Amino acid sequence: MKRGIATIIAAMLASTLAAAALATPAGAQGASGSAAKSAEVVTHYAYLGKEYREPAPLSLLKPAVIPDEGLAGVRLGTKDNNLAGKFLGLKFVLDETMVPQGGDVVAAAKKLLASGQRLIIADLSATDLLAVADLPQAKDAIILNIRARDDVLRQTQCRLDVFHLIPSDAMLTDALAQYLVWKKWTRWFLVRGKHPADIEYANDIKRSAKLYGAKIVAERAYELQTGARRVDTGYQEIQTQMPMLTRGVPDYDVAFVADETNSFGLYLQYRTTDPRPVVGTDGLEATAWGAAYESYAAQTLHDDFRKLARREITVRDYEGWLAAHLLETAVKHGNASNVDAIREYISSDNLKLAGYKGEGMNFRSWDNQLRQPILLMDQLSLVSISPQPGFLHPKYNTDTLGFDQPQSLCKFSK
Amino acid sequence: MKTVSHNGRHTRVAAMSLLLLMLAAPSAWSAMLFVSNERGNTVTVLDSNTLKTIATIPTGQRPRGIVAGPHGKWVYVCVGDSNRIDVIDVSKLAVTRHLPSGADPELLAVGNDGNRVYIANEDNAQVTVLNAETGKLLAGIPVGSEPEGMRVSPNNQITAATAEGSSLVHFIDNKTLKLVASVLVGTRPRVVTFTPDGRYVWASSEVGGTVSVIDVGTHQVVQTISFAIPGMRAEFIQPVGITMAKDGSEAFVALGPANHVAVVNTKTYKVSDYIIVGQRPWHMALSPDGSKLYTVNGFTNDVTVVDVKSLKPEVSVHVGRLPWGIAVVP
Repeated sequence: MKRGIATIIAAMLASTLAAAALATPAGAQGASGSAAKSAEVVTHYAYLGKEYREPAPLSLLKPAVIPDEGLAGVRLGTKDNNLAGKFLGLKFVLDETMVPQGGDVVAAAKKLLASGQRLIIADLSATDLLAVADLPQAKDAIILNIRARDDVLRQTQCRLDVFHLIPSDAMLTDALAQYLVWKKWTRWFLVRGKHPADIEYANDIKRSAKLYGAKIVAERAYELQTGARRVDTGYQEIQTQMPMLTRGVPDYDVAFVADETNSFGLYLQYRTTDPRPVVGTDGLEATAWGAAYESYAAQTLHDDFRKLARREITVRDYEGWLAAHLLETAVKHGNASNVDAIREYISSDNLKLAGYKGEGMNFRSWDNQLRQPILLMDQLSLVSISPQPGFLHPKYNTDTLGFDQPQSLCKFSK
Repeated sequence: MKTVSHNGRHTRVAAMSLLLLMLAAPSAWSAMLFVSNERGNTVTVLDSNTLKTIATIPTGQRPRGIVAGPHGKWVYVCVGDSNRIDVIDVSKLAVTRHLPSGADPELLAVGNDGNRVYIANEDNAQVTVLNAETGKLLAGIPVGSEPEGMRVSPNNQITAATAEGSSLVHFIDNKTLKLVASVLVGTRPRVVTFTPDGRYVWASSEVGGTVSVIDVGTHQVVQTISFAIPGMRAEFIQPVGITMAKDGSEAFVALGPANHVAVVNTKTYKVSDYIIVGQRPWHMALSPDGSKLYTVNGFTNDVTVVDVKSLKPEVSVHVGRLPWGIAVVP
């Protein structure tokens, strides 16, 4: 393994550079026998997040707000990167920016870019993500999306500088659809909220139904004003409301719920008029990660995360960890020492990103979406992992989830 | 070889071989096979001649790494969720003592003098070295994340350890108990083994899909071996277990969810054959005379016996739940 002397990614403050170059960890024992002992290769990257005002989960067992959600995962990833890096002469420096509620994400991004940061882990909404990605200063940057599941970011609003670690909604509904078809539960009762995000997710459910030959026997929109989650005897209202919502529906196998704003989805279970399982944003959920998942050494990630953050890991934490790990993978295995080299490596089919999913993962060339198995989980356990057996693809079976090349509407403008 | 026929073929081969086995005379040698059952919290002991279960030994929580001491007296089992090593007395076929391993031991190695155990603490980024008899702590050596693969060199001077999360193979000087080198290999290295002459270390990279051959003298990767099975997706080829043939001419590499064991020529590094076994073979071991290879198949809860000369799977034998590792005691 050969590296140039102190190949530094992007511009950096002289003081940081001096400190980094001097900092030879006591435990460092040299790397690869001979090479890379002389100088440290320092990689700088930034976390950019915002404190969005979001509805609290309905379950009282889930925290209403997690102030370091996403960021804690990036911190753990950085810790892991440096644990390995000290044996190889590699150092990873994380710059954290959390924009407060009502704050200006674009201004924060400009500041990061002006300081020389070109590797940005974006924990942002789709709107903010696009605003940052479209900054002229961000043209040669790499932006790693760890939050926004919006399909449009992989389709008409795709960007060459944005790589999506988090799966799209379309991947999630396809993952569920495959399982339901495998179970032969193909008559779906679609129950959705009225928020634009609910409507988007409902459209994905319809898309998946069409793709996999399931039938939507009925669709109902429901609005329960998101209110206080703690109310005395609130269950009685719910016990009355949910049967009313689900009465008189043609026979169906599952209630497929689209409730992105946590206003009623949880309440459907055990309260539908007909005894039917609930899937979608509640009940059986498709997700990139869950704290109850433990296969493929995932438990070690959970243990490390719990030690660091003193709470359970969430999807965004996982994606944050994965983003830091992706950058490390490019520097370590791809020998990439600048932004262009990192882009080239992570864009290639040679990338085998290890994310505790039992296979090496890489990005789809047509929309920069990370290929990945999707977990199907209830609150307490893993139920299955999609793609399901029998759903095959000529190249990658994971390309049966979400927008495959023929369906892609993404046109990267250079 | 078509992927679709794997299961059927496996069963047929197994059934036929069972018949042959019943007709065949017992082998000259006899050994005990100790198989750790990760989900069963037990170790299954098989008689190598009859392939019958002699004992099912209860252990602590989540037994994975299992290694026999050199004198055939003790079998060491890492019980990760109990944070200790269970030591099986071979004459009693029972756990008779424990060693304090430190957090979450996954795999261990014992030198051929039997004096020390070298333990990978998966959860703790550390290799713990203990006196095998007294359990006295000799060293805690910080390594990369998720250490797993452990092996002591044939001359007892070096220990190789993988750090799965960091994609590193560490070399530890057994005199000073300090790291002497850390070598980058393919993604998520699981198992290391020395060639019988001690000159090379082979390391399997589960997600990288390769085996790296490292020169023990220079600490350089001199060869990277890839695998390809017709009709099998590349992402299902996940090398884990590596076992060298007794004469060192061939290496066997278990390919996990690809349900095959690759046969690699150790001179040319060419893959000469792929042997179908049970589902998700990870760890393997040879019979004392080197004529049989045992693969531990996690998803089918069995051990496949492979004839080393003909490279044919002979029979699969049921063990406990989610079997992980195997140790052979002559």
